[in-house]
Amino acid sequence: MSGVRVLAGTRKGAFILTSDGQRKEWDVSGPHFPGWEIYHVKGSPVDPDRLYASQSSGWFGQLIQRSDDGGQTWGPVGNEFSYDGDPGTHQWYDGTPHPWEFARVWHLEPSLTDPDTVYAGVEDAGLFRSSDGGRQWEELPGLRTHRSGPSWQPGGGGMCLHTIILDPHQPGRMFTAISAAGAFRSDDEGETWRPVNHGLRSEGIPDPGAEVGHCVHRLAMHPSRPGVLYMQKHWDVMRSDDAGESWREVSGNLPTDFGFPIDVHAHEPDTVYVVPITSDSHHFPPDGKLRVYRSRSGGDEWEPLTRGLPQEHCYVNVLRDAMAVDSLDDCGIYFGTTGGQVYASPDGGDSWAPIVRDLPAVLSVEVQTLS
Amino acid sequence: MIRVVLPAHLKALAHVDGEVELPVGGPVTQRAILDALEARYPMLCGTIRDRRSGKRRAFVRFFACQQDLSHEAPDEPLPEAVAAGTEPYLIVGAMAGG
Repeated sequence: MSGVRVLAGTRKGAFILTSDGQRKEWDVSGPHFPGWEIYHVKGSPVDPDRLYASQSSGWFGQLIQRSDDGGQTWGPVGNEFSYDGDPGTHQWYDGTPHPWEFARVWHLEPSLTDPDTVYAGVEDAGLFRSSDGGRQWEELPGLRTHRSGPSWQPGGGGMCLHTIILDPHQPGRMFTAISAAGAFRSDDEGETWRPVNHGLRSEGIPDPGAEVGHCVHRLAMHPSRPGVLYMQKHWDVMRSDDAGESWREVSGNLPTDFGFPIDVHAHEPDTVYVVPITSDSHHFPPDGKLRVYRSRSGGDEWEPLTRGLPQEHCYVNVLRDAMAVDSLDDCGIYFGTTGGQVYASPDGGDSWAPIVRDLPAVLSVEVQTLS
Repeated sequence: MIRVVLPAHLKALAHVDGEVELPVGGPVTQRAILDALEARYPMLCGTIRDRRSGKRRAFVRFFACQQDLSHEAPDEPLPEAVAAGTEPYLIVGAMAGG
């Protein structure tokens, strides 16, 4: 019997939402780690019972929790994230040099092949890897020490490495994204990196077409077509057909091209989802209507998906890591809001229903398809 | 035995109820207590003080005998009442935020 397990990280704990393949009735467990910020929870693709969670607090710092039984029990593993060597400085908001300081783990990306290997994207922007199930963490310094690193500046949410994508077809190739530096690619398992931002234009920086400095909010890839990438930037929805070498805008008829998450249908590489948000100064949906937009043409042409979503008086946001898709035959789409709702669509976005309505603000949503 | 009171979140993390009692050899200082605490409960490493520098985390406070010891040197002897176990050493999450 197939089923799904939705992993929701919130401002005050983690929640695990499970259902069978119908995705109509849900069991809710949690809060796990009540009172702590859970930036991200993600499972290993090769061992679905192996979960990693980023647990943090302004008081007590960063912890990494690991479960080996699908989230029934957890135990803390390693939480020492030390930058390699003398980390030097990046730019602060006012343009002055600021020491690189670890703040928290934004994103955990388990290896596609080894449940004990997991990558962590952190603030201040850096990439770490553990090869022993999270007990010890080692920085992959080639990204942070890129020659452009001293010029990186934080976005409004901090200078975070929030996106890690592993290429399933080309071992050693991986993508990361940093707010507000941009997208980066490695072809050698994270040893060396280069910016892949050609074609991006950001009016909020002195040179709109600069090599780095772009506030990339999220990247997405379909595993069957890793050369095609989608990007939700601070403003603009973008697409690359050459693994990030160049980008073109595909915002098309979206009501606004500002937003945070972007994701791709599990079985249709040209079907893409975004959640348009009014603007960077109004972090809520246009007209108080919560609408997911779907493109079936890889961008440019978008349709609003509204059935089951609030179409008046809705002023929530959907954060960058808070959308996911399952891989059941009829692809399920999930997203969480800053208002504490987690919505699910069991039919590729045609209709939606809340799984839960009153969680703390949702920071991240992942889903595991269970057989 | 030294009595240590943890904030609620760290009690949950360390799976303890009530006070923690710790034997501390040598002079009873804040550093000696925290070293003993982290040795018994390694999951607390990094949650009270920075792992490398040993510096107190910004929103953690240390109290004892109605005094704020947060800004005292870590190797200063603690009050005799703490060393004798008649008063607890309090590790407190500072009042900040929600």
